[in-house]
Amino acid sequence: MPKHPNVKRVMVIGSGPIVIGQAAEFDYAGTQACRSLKEEGVEVILVNSNPATIMTDKDIADKVYIEPLTVKVLEQIIEKEKPDSILPTLGGQAGLNLGMELEESGFLAAHGVKLLGTTAATIRNAEGRQEFKDLMERIGEPCAASKVVENVQDGIDFSNAIGYPVVLRPAYTLGGSGGGIAHNQVELEEILENGLRLSRVGQVLVERCIAGWKEIEYEVMRDSAGNCITVCNMENIDPVGVHTGDSIVVAPSQTLSDKEYQMLRTSALKIINELEITGGCNVQFALHPTSFEYCVIEVNPRVSRSSALASKATGYPIAKVAAKIALGYTLDEIKNAITQKTYASFEPALDYCVVKIPRLPFDKFITAKRTLTTQMKATGEVMSICDNFEGALMKAIRSLEQHVDCLLSYDFSELSAEELRERLRRVDDQRIWVIAEAIRKGISYEEIHDITLIDVWFIDKIAILVEMEQALQKEPLTTELLREAKRIGFPDNVIARLTGRTEEEIKELRYANGIRAVYKMVDTCAAEFAASTPYYYSVFGGECEAKETTGRKKVLVLGSGPIRIGQGIEFDYCSVHATWAFARAGYETIIINNNPETVSTDFDIADKLYFEPLTPEDVESIVNLEHPDGAVVQFGGQTAIKLTESLMKMGVPILGTKAEDVDAAEDRELFDRILEETRIPRAAGGTVYTAEEAKEVANRLGYPVLVRPSYVLGGQGMQIAISDDEIEEFMAIINRIAQDHPILVDKYLQGKEIEVDAVCDGTDILIPGIMEHIERTGVHSGDSISVYPAPTIGRLIKDKITEYTRRLAKALHVKGLINIQFIAQGEDVYVIEVNPRSSRTVPYISKVTGISIVDLATEVILGKTIRELGYEPGLQPEAQYYAVKMPVFSFEKIRGAEISLGPEMKSTGECLGIAKDFHEALYKAFLGAGVNLPRHRQMIITVKDADKGEAIEIGRRFERLGYTIYATRSTAAALNEAGVKARKVNKISQESPTVMDLILGHKIDLVIDTPTQGRDKSRDGFLIRRTAIETGINCITAMDTARALATSLENAGNELTLVDIAAL
Amino acid sequence: MKAFLILEDGMVFTGTHIGADKEIISEIVFNTSMAGYLEVLTDPSYAGQAVCMTYPLIGNYGICKDDMESLKPWPDGLIVRELSRIPSNFRCDMTIQQFLEENGVPGIAGIDTRALTRILREKGTMNGMITTDENYDLNTILPRLKAYTTGKVVEKVTCAEKYTIKGTVDLAQNGPLSGLARFDKEAYAQGVREPKPALVRELNGAGLRIALLDLGAKANIARSLAERGCDVTVYPALTSAEEIIADAPDGIMLSNGPGDPKECASVIAEIKKLYDTDIPIFAICLGHQLMALATGADTYKMKYGHRGGNHPVKDLATGRVYISSQNHGYVVDMDKLDAAVATPAFVNVNDGTNEGLSYTGKNIFTVQFHPEACPGPQDSGYLFDRFIQMVRKEEK
Repeated sequence: MPKHPNVKRVMVIGSGPIVIGQAAEFDYAGTQACRSLKEEGVEVILVNSNPATIMTDKDIADKVYIEPLTVKVLEQIIEKEKPDSILPTLGGQAGLNLGMELEESGFLAAHGVKLLGTTAATIRNAEGRQEFKDLMERIGEPCAASKVVENVQDGIDFSNAIGYPVVLRPAYTLGGSGGGIAHNQVELEEILENGLRLSRVGQVLVERCIAGWKEIEYEVMRDSAGNCITVCNMENIDPVGVHTGDSIVVAPSQTLSDKEYQMLRTSALKIINELEITGGCNVQFALHPTSFEYCVIEVNPRVSRSSALASKATGYPIAKVAAKIALGYTLDEIKNAITQKTYASFEPALDYCVVKIPRLPFDKFITAKRTLTTQMKATGEVMSICDNFEGALMKAIRSLEQHVDCLLSYDFSELSAEELRERLRRVDDQRIWVIAEAIRKGISYEEIHDITLIDVWFIDKIAILVEMEQALQKEPLTTELLREAKRIGFPDNVIARLTGRTEEEIKELRYANGIRAVYKMVDTCAAEFAASTPYYYSVFGGECEAKETTGRKKVLVLGSGPIRIGQGIEFDYCSVHATWAFARAGYETIIINNNPETVSTDFDIADKLYFEPLTPEDVESIVNLEHPDGAVVQFGGQTAIKLTESLMKMGVPILGTKAEDVDAAEDRELFDRILEETRIPRAAGGTVYTAEEAKEVANRLGYPVLVRPSYVLGGQGMQIAISDDEIEEFMAIINRIAQDHPILVDKYLQGKEIEVDAVCDGTDILIPGIMEHIERTGVHSGDSISVYPAPTIGRLIKDKITEYTRRLAKALHVKGLINIQFIAQGEDVYVIEVNPRSSRTVPYISKVTGISIVDLATEVILGKTIRELGYEPGLQPEAQYYAVKMPVFSFEKIRGAEISLGPEMKSTGECLGIAKDFHEALYKAFLGAGVNLPRHRQMIITVKDADKGEAIEIGRRFERLGYTIYATRSTAAALNEAGVKARKVNKISQESPTVMDLILGHKIDLVIDTPTQGRDKSRDGFLIRRTAIETGINCITAMDTARALATSLENAGNELTLVDIAAL
Repeated sequence: MKAFLILEDGMVFTGTHIGADKEIISEIVFNTSMAGYLEVLTDPSYAGQAVCMTYPLIGNYGICKDDMESLKPWPDGLIVRELSRIPSNFRCDMTIQQFLEENGVPGIAGIDTRALTRILREKGTMNGMITTDENYDLNTILPRLKAYTTGKVVEKVTCAEKYTIKGTVDLAQNGPLSGLARFDKEAYAQGVREPKPALVRELNGAGLRIALLDLGAKANIARSLAERGCDVTVYPALTSAEEIIADAPDGIMLSNGPGDPKECASVIAEIKKLYDTDIPIFAICLGHQLMALATGADTYKMKYGHRGGNHPVKDLATGRVYISSQNHGYVVDMDKLDAAVATPAFVNVNDGTNEGLSYTGKNIFTVQFHPEACPGPQDSGYLFDRFIQMVRKEEK
């Protein structure tokens, strides 16, 4: 069936800010789909509040609205742009929910807008718990037995009927908090009681527990004619009980016989047919490990994280095909973009093994529980491809960039066999390392399996890796042993460590014996048909299919690896734009990256894609084959920067800013010298290695001081210390991981924090705009609300900043991008930090100023000057719009994480509010971040003494907004004394009703809680903040943020104006 | 122990020996199924060939004897990237290594199977040798490789004498099944909510007697009919048409099988006689090719064939596309069809080759792919129901 003739203008809904469970994969899917729609001549109107995305580029869509994703805003856009259709299945759960609300309210019908792709009825059937269960029952597909209960007795009765253990899931609590698994009635009563209390509607779902079954997923496509295919199936190494996003996943399934494989495949097709899904869909199954019994866990009637993974694992572009299906095409009419010979109506055949490992944020949230549950906690993931499982696992491990490179990286050797048995029961991110140690200690496969329920096949694979470690340690390193070690994924540095040689020696030994990585193609068809798409992965042994291309100049673009807090999607934005800019300049482009969720790893972004770990050895193998004319590292975040030195050793010229200049910005002494030469002031400080040295410097400077490791991302490990004790504590935390570089201790300055991104051509600079942070220094720039153009600083400061930026960029010989953070105190400007590379704010400032600085930086790297590019150097004229970047957090997902803001970054994403009026922009930004107030007009204030003065002013403003204020004893006293009416509430330890009861009453809009200086030692404050977050209450921990929210609410209620970014 | 795979064009792969200790010469083909190696090994259509599995990890779930498609493995050899050290599956009876050894099938592991596949794709299917003799002499081996043909292999794989499989008589026997199973509306209406009984195949073939000509039949062909209630009588390949007709079957099935269809001259002659009766006929794979040859059409050898579980075939009557299980090296030449005799019913979406025929004025339809699956997708299993409907219509 050809394309619907009436689809000409399509509105695509994005997924909004990056949060845990909804990350870069939707930018990948959305971008691919938009390009696919434009290919068909369809006009695309894009709405997404996330400015760091590629999908919000004007190259991707015709109209771009970076506006809050609310029903009201979408309605306004529909009225203005008059799309004929809307595609809601590309924006994750957020996009889908919005599409459904628009449809159900009748708005779409009233405005003649069609829902493209899967119908609303289908979405209801797939998403509604009861509807889905009924449907599955009707077609004879089994689901786990479950029941919604409103009191404990019903729960007990039902559990007795279906048998223990049971899973409990409270309704309407964020992040699944209050849920759990009950193995007996005692546990049931405890969890159920708490869950009923936490649930806003007092309901808890009691479900048969299928934990421990094999978890298998199928990615399925269906067109409107009813043709169905499965793109890929995947097996979770972690059995049911761990969210698939937090599981180690392998594709295709490894332990299923064809009978099991086809049974589930047929079931998946039956379900998608019955639901009449048109587009992509994900079906998750639990398969009993010792029978053919299975349960359908869930169906996602949209593209998902799993579908992004499946796309990258197979080369089958699910989002692109889903978009074409939405336009009316059938699968047999859509060409397979990889082979150009086959059609989308065929199933990829893999001749390799894919492993995905989640990137978990426990390095950021050291107080959080590492336990993995049905609530996803990963911020991102890595994928690897190899012709054997062991190799794929080893590659994935070293792609994580978490100081792990083999199964010895977490040391459990101290644990006895008995302790290990106990440790194996803990389901966390270190489990495969614990299993490896258990194997070393001689615990049998069967026993490990009995405890973990991980399939013996995977345990044996871990054992093969352990045996290789032992062979390398004990046996002479023969060529055969080395060859086998490389085949199953051991990197040179690990072999060197285990054999007591140097990495260089291992490499030489390899080369002397012809043991080199070769590259195979991902072609969707196991080599059955010739493919033209250069998407490669490495293996050891066999022929190399990747051929060195010559003729054009060739550039290597290093990607930024897995999404983590501090290094997010924005670096993928930069990498992709740089790649495109190089291509426009006539270069052949090569991308190396290992993140399956991103646009950069789509096979048609660069001329060649190598899906590989970003370690020196892995990169060198590619360099040896391709001999690039240069590499760019400044766009791929810290991941790429860290490879600079190695690239230079390989003889690859670094394009743009030189490595030694990057070093100069990070090396304290070199940098101090530059500041001195350029006469730019900075906070006094020193470099240290030990706690003793740190205390000495701190006492010399006087507290408070800022402590942080150099060469880190997102202020990892950065803290404000107010005493020697805290220095001890923080230094211990930082030094848990051996530091290659010194630790910095600086005097903490409080003032306005200012940030600029600039392009420098070696002589002139271009600053698209100056951004000012709402929060004072002390809050990490990534967690601050950032405003462009800077609203409260004058000409003098702006000139100083421009001048300092020019001096610094010149002194550091920057060619390309530079990011600088300043503090303004009165009329003085200090520099805090300089990063001669792209930054988190690059996409945002590019979009709101209309100056694509990545493109400019690339041109500059290639030799053009800023003047030649048509720009007058210096600070560019300010836009007529205010743009407010608002951080978005995922605290509710991470049990036990401290939510208060500080110098270490904690946000996972951001959204933008843009408007002519500053207050409207601020309101939009809060709205986009999900702060939709007022609701109940009740709030709690509990602040530290130093903040009481400001709390009075803020309290007064909220009182005027009609808020009833509750406060703890001393805060209440301060407020009442100043004439702000506050009701006193008891602390948690005091008698009921306490502040906790108030929060659990679900009638509170907002908690303002500032922790005592430094790390909060008060259990009360921590509990209040956690409980607020887990019950979905907005919780603010900085006075500046609270003031901004008050400002925003004071100006709420007016009709919002819409801004088309593409027209700026 | 080292093993070598020597191809007709002189290319040699060095790997590790697996399976039985034996030297073989065979036609080398590749299969792209990611699971189902046992079904591949026990598919008689592979007689005379050595199979390279393109999926690199083979043997992961061992050998589950229930899944065998015939009583023994048929390929001359097995070529894999890596054989799993341990099997893991609750039904596992033995390792694949044991199975190969016990059944005298040699093989080679540890070679770059993707490189081999690319060679076969570019140069076409070739003959080859698997040997452990390190002192192989290409000068003497290559002429032997070139001379090899699969020959009259159908006669080797067919059953020795006729036998009957009784059809399933009640619903309880054929559930629980997923996939092709039908939802039992009546049971549901009566309040049956157990996951199993509601899900069974309709016994729409109950009381029918089907003759199955075994040209190398996979077990699931007879099973698919028996599950639907049919009594299936299986005949050796060289049975005369007269004998089959004399048994007065309600319908006839021609099975899959190995080798070049044109080697089956005598069988073709018998099939022509079956064509001339009014008995409904459904044929799969080799049976489909033989019926075409019997009625004046032609077949030719494909460059490297279709072997795998991911081939899209389009039902030309409905426009629907199904993913099919395939295993064939020969195909019916669509250009030489006489519309008065037969017209294309299915076509391969990838390369446009013929995948099925509908016989003009006859109750005969034939397909090139495998609706019985095993291994591979079960999507086209509905064809057995279509066949039964055709037989029923003829009954009335």
